[in-house]
Amino acid sequence: MIKRLVLYVGNPANAKQLKKLSYIALVIVFLSDFLVHREHALYIWDKIPGWGALYGFVSCVLIILVSKFIGHQCGIMQDEDYYND
Amino acid sequence: MIDWFHPSLFFIVGAFIIPLVRGRAQQAVMMIAPVLAVYTVYSMTPGTYWTYSFLGVQLTFGAVDKLSIVFGWVFTIMSFIGVVYALHVKDSGQHTAAFFYVGGSIGVTFAGDYFTLFVFWELMAFASAYLVFARREKAAIEAGYRYILVHIFGGVCLLGGIILHYLQMKSVVVGPLPKDGSLAFYLMLVGVIVNAAVPPLHAWLTDAYPEGTVTGSVFMSAFTTKTAVYVLVRVFPGTELLVWMGTIMALYGVVYAVLENDARRLLAYHIISQVGYMVAGVGIGTDMSLNGSVSHAFAHILYKGLLFMGAGAVLEMTGRRKLTELGGLYRTMPITLVLYMIGGFAISAFPLFSGFVTKSMVVSGAAHDHRPAVALLLTMASAGTFLHTGLKLPYYMFFGKDSGLEAKEPPLNMLIAMGIAAFLCIGIGCVPGPLYALLPYPVHFDPYTGDHVTSALGILLFTGLGFFMLLKKLDPEPTISVDTDWVYRKGSKAFMWFASKPVQTTDSYVGDLYNTFFSRFTLALCNFLAKVFDIRGIDGTVNGVADFFISLAGALRVSATGLVRNYAVTMLFGGVVIIGYYLLSYLMRQ
Repeated sequence: MIKRLVLYVGNPANAKQLKKLSYIALVIVFLSDFLVHREHALYIWDKIPGWGALYGFVSCVLIILVSKFIGHQCGIMQDEDYYND
Repeated sequence: MIDWFHPSLFFIVGAFIIPLVRGRAQQAVMMIAPVLAVYTVYSMTPGTYWTYSFLGVQLTFGAVDKLSIVFGWVFTIMSFIGVVYALHVKDSGQHTAAFFYVGGSIGVTFAGDYFTLFVFWELMAFASAYLVFARREKAAIEAGYRYILVHIFGGVCLLGGIILHYLQMKSVVVGPLPKDGSLAFYLMLVGVIVNAAVPPLHAWLTDAYPEGTVTGSVFMSAFTTKTAVYVLVRVFPGTELLVWMGTIMALYGVVYAVLENDARRLLAYHIISQVGYMVAGVGIGTDMSLNGSVSHAFAHILYKGLLFMGAGAVLEMTGRRKLTELGGLYRTMPITLVLYMIGGFAISAFPLFSGFVTKSMVVSGAAHDHRPAVALLLTMASAGTFLHTGLKLPYYMFFGKDSGLEAKEPPLNMLIAMGIAAFLCIGIGCVPGPLYALLPYPVHFDPYTGDHVTSALGILLFTGLGFFMLLKKLDPEPTISVDTDWVYRKGSKAFMWFASKPVQTTDSYVGDLYNTFFSRFTLALCNFLAKVFDIRGIDGTVNGVADFFISLAGALRVSATGLVRNYAVTMLFGGVVIIGYYLLSYLMRQ
């Protein structure tokens, strides 16, 4: 059963269908955040519905762009034989 | 009835037995020791056991309270999983080293005084270094030497701190240190955070863990840093410096993970990131955040072990470790993939997985302690965690571009070990109660509130969206990342240059001067002295002594027959003479 699921996910032919499912999941998660009670909120952003989605997306983009910038521009990424001279 | 038994003893005694037995017997010893240890922890009650007075210092091997018991639980459980994962390995040396390593780790956990703690601490360092050397490749051996040197540095700092602390306080009892800013405090802190891999003292971890053996790295991912977290919780709770160190750590690991191409090194950077949560929790120092640190260490050991087992299985079956050389393994290794993904979901703190019920406690601890910036930055780091461990690594390892590798599932024992860890990751996530009951402070925390679940899912799924949108940017590149180990890897080259060029040149110059001006004069004097004293006086004496010993040896040679019986009789005779002498002198004194 697990194997079939993995093969289904991995098969490029099903990519479109998976994409559609993912978009539905994103919408459901985003909307469900509007429906929950927020009595535990400590800070202002905890009270904004959809904050998690926004913060997650922004974090992800920031992490990728900033890391790659540091890696390429600040000399962090080097050839694999950097230490073997 | 024994009221307490030290669980380390099972491992340390086991480590001596393992090299003596082979095959099934060896596997049996390896399995039985952790099972007995788990049972010992299960039947433990808080108290102080096994205290000895040594050179005027009270040594305590069994300081048992809730904090040491919870770490005892996870260390023994993980040792069982690690042993099952390594059952097929034929190299006894690795098993022995792993057993000493686990024994050291549990010894630190139950140590009630700093000297005992230090001895077990060093046992861990040396035993774990063997797990790097055991891969027997040039890169591994070099990394192993760097690893052991850094740990010796950390150990010396810790020992220095312990001695200064002892001189000041006249006490070696393990407990919270006064935050007096003394040298003892900072030396001990440095010694411990070297092992906790806090930047900039972290580079040994990402240098050595990916070079270790497949099974050895599983043990390493679990024990060293988490033992250090235990000591931090025990000795340094509420140290403000650690809050920011931990937060920076959490993000530091994430940034480097973006750049990394080696699968196990990427996971190693995420150890740093995850230990950052624990270190920050220790720094905040409230009951909730300390509970968070401890529970997160518990969950982390299991899911990180699982992730290292998954990446190790791929390395074992394909011989490849770089993401640029992997891909498309989902067809041939689907079970490994699913088990790995459970670890990935657990580390990413998906609801119903273990990370969700523990990581959120640290973040809430920060929020409740009025540290919104820390809470926000730690949440950002958790998006990064899912991005790499849950998305990037599996995507490029199991999906992505097909590498055409002919792989198959790893041996059954490896799958079973991964299965146990996966089961616990889900079990803790679904039913957090038993883990919460083990924590050192009472828990007033419910992770499964509506807004918490939806916002966590929002963060994770929209991180996923960002990942697929920027997929092209994330393609792994065949590079290595320069980290703080640059200082001693390039620094040692500068040192060698300094030693070979300026120092050597000066040395030979001074040598020439010495030869020209002093040696001639000294030699002439020596010649004169040699003629007068040496030949007449000393040689005569030496020859006389030598002649005496040659004749004595001739006599002894005849008596030295090589028969053990004769030697035994001689020893017995000698013994009787000595005892007789004392007896006689005793009687004479009466």
